[in-house]
Amino acid sequence: MSRARRALDEAGPVLTAIGTALLLWIVVAAIWPSILPSPLSAWRALRDKIADGTIPEATLKTLIRLVFSFVAAILVGTLIGMGLAASDFARRGFGKLIVALQVIPSPAWIPLAIVWFGATERAVVFVAFVGAFPSVTLATMASLRQVPPLLQQAGRTLGAKGWALYGSIIFPAALPGYVAGLQQAWGFAWRALMAGELVVSAANAVGLGHLLVRSGSDLALLLAVLAVIMLIGVAVDLFVFGVIDRRIRRRRGLVIA
Amino acid sequence: MSGGLRRPVEPTPLRAQGEQPKLALRQVVKAYRSAAGERMVALDDVSFDVHSGEFLCLLGPTGCGKTTILNILAGLERPTSGEVLLDGAPIPGPGPDRAVLFQEPALFPWLSVVGNVEFALRLIGVPHGERTERAMDWLEKVNMGRFANAQPHELSAGMRQRAALARALACDPDVLLADEPFGALDAQAREVLQRELERVWSEGETRKTFVFVTHNVREATFLADRVLVMSAPPGRLLEEQRIYASRPRRLDDVLLTKVASDIHEYLVREVDKVVARETGT
Repeated sequence: MSRARRALDEAGPVLTAIGTALLLWIVVAAIWPSILPSPLSAWRALRDKIADGTIPEATLKTLIRLVFSFVAAILVGTLIGMGLAASDFARRGFGKLIVALQVIPSPAWIPLAIVWFGATERAVVFVAFVGAFPSVTLATMASLRQVPPLLQQAGRTLGAKGWALYGSIIFPAALPGYVAGLQQAWGFAWRALMAGELVVSAANAVGLGHLLVRSGSDLALLLAVLAVIMLIGVAVDLFVFGVIDRRIRRRRGLVIA
Repeated sequence: MSGGLRRPVEPTPLRAQGEQPKLALRQVVKAYRSAAGERMVALDDVSFDVHSGEFLCLLGPTGCGKTTILNILAGLERPTSGEVLLDGAPIPGPGPDRAVLFQEPALFPWLSVVGNVEFALRLIGVPHGERTERAMDWLEKVNMGRFANAQPHELSAGMRQRAALARALACDPDVLLADEPFGALDAQAREVLQRELERVWSEGETRKTFVFVTHNVREATFLADRVLVMSAPPGRLLEEQRIYASRPRRLDDVLLTKVASDIHEYLVREVDKVVARETGT
């Protein structure tokens, strides 16, 4: 199959689905305009709020919070995960604890975050952080433990030991599983951040979640912001993690799911 | 010609008086605990020497502990009791002075073929600027120059094992340890690689000491200066056979065929004994 043909093959079902959803939206909006504004009015709201800088500013602020919380989750989660992978004792005890943490829906942390940090920026970042770090921890642990012993043995017989063995064999071998874990953690962080922004709202706080709360009865704007939230989520998933994941897998001849 | 097949192995068959063996096992025992907590003996009092520059094959049925011996020599496993010596000193952990060819090529999938060889060169301290050139030299020696930039998964099983051989040789080891490296290959690819292995081994300025594990009698007789036959588990050494055929050898060499069929007969009787013991007949 040619490249163009394959692209069409992949895009076809997706475009059909989007088209159908839009059509449904148009029909429903035509029947109950008070409940659901039409795609066109949502688009106008989006265009206007982008033009007057409201949405770009909110997006930027939100993304800055996301970067802080996600980077913190990666650092903390990776370190704990490495520790858990190294010690069987720790894994069987603390590993279970991390699994238990991951079960907690991230909005459930909000009350605690408000008590600890007040209705502040830090509370929002904290909620996104706790939403994501267990997932990073578990992915780090699992991917390190799944490194084939044969590759480690090969590395050791070639003279790699200690941190060199970690850096040159174990980490690279664990990379595909680790990246898949980060992708999942990113999803958790994004959702937790939205929850945080919706509930924790300092005076004059700017962000997509805050914008959602403040759009009030302006349904067109509400839909426009929802669309932005969805698009960012999908774009990062597909064009950041998806691309990295595919590149790693192709290089190693792993099946591309 | 000595080496009647029924002669049990003497623990220290020194080649010359006072010559230090390159590798030596002394009363090595290796026992494991099974999942059920039972004590399983993989190696039971194994002693032998390997001389510098010698090509030794360990031959035996599956589960006889051949791989365990190899891992112990590589430093990947420790014996439960007994001594393992390299140049007269206890074997330290694994290291590039004893390169290993595993059953599977064990190439690093995130590196290209040449990257894998460069990896080995980096670890033995070859400066950055020289690595690519030297890696290419090694790949040329095993006829893999054309595939230097391929990723391991793009190669056939035989070519992957060739690349692994280039990586092992690049360490410039004194000792090469091979654990049925051609076991998964088809008959043709195996023959080609056996011949190349013999060539690469005998070509070097100083011959490397080779310990080659296999369950393939013809492979053992074709490659080895000396074959040690191991028993069914628990692993013991049963027989020693020296092979005097000159090199380069031919697979259809009459002498080799004779030796191979002798060893084969012997092994069949061994396996029969085990079957009889296990089935209680």
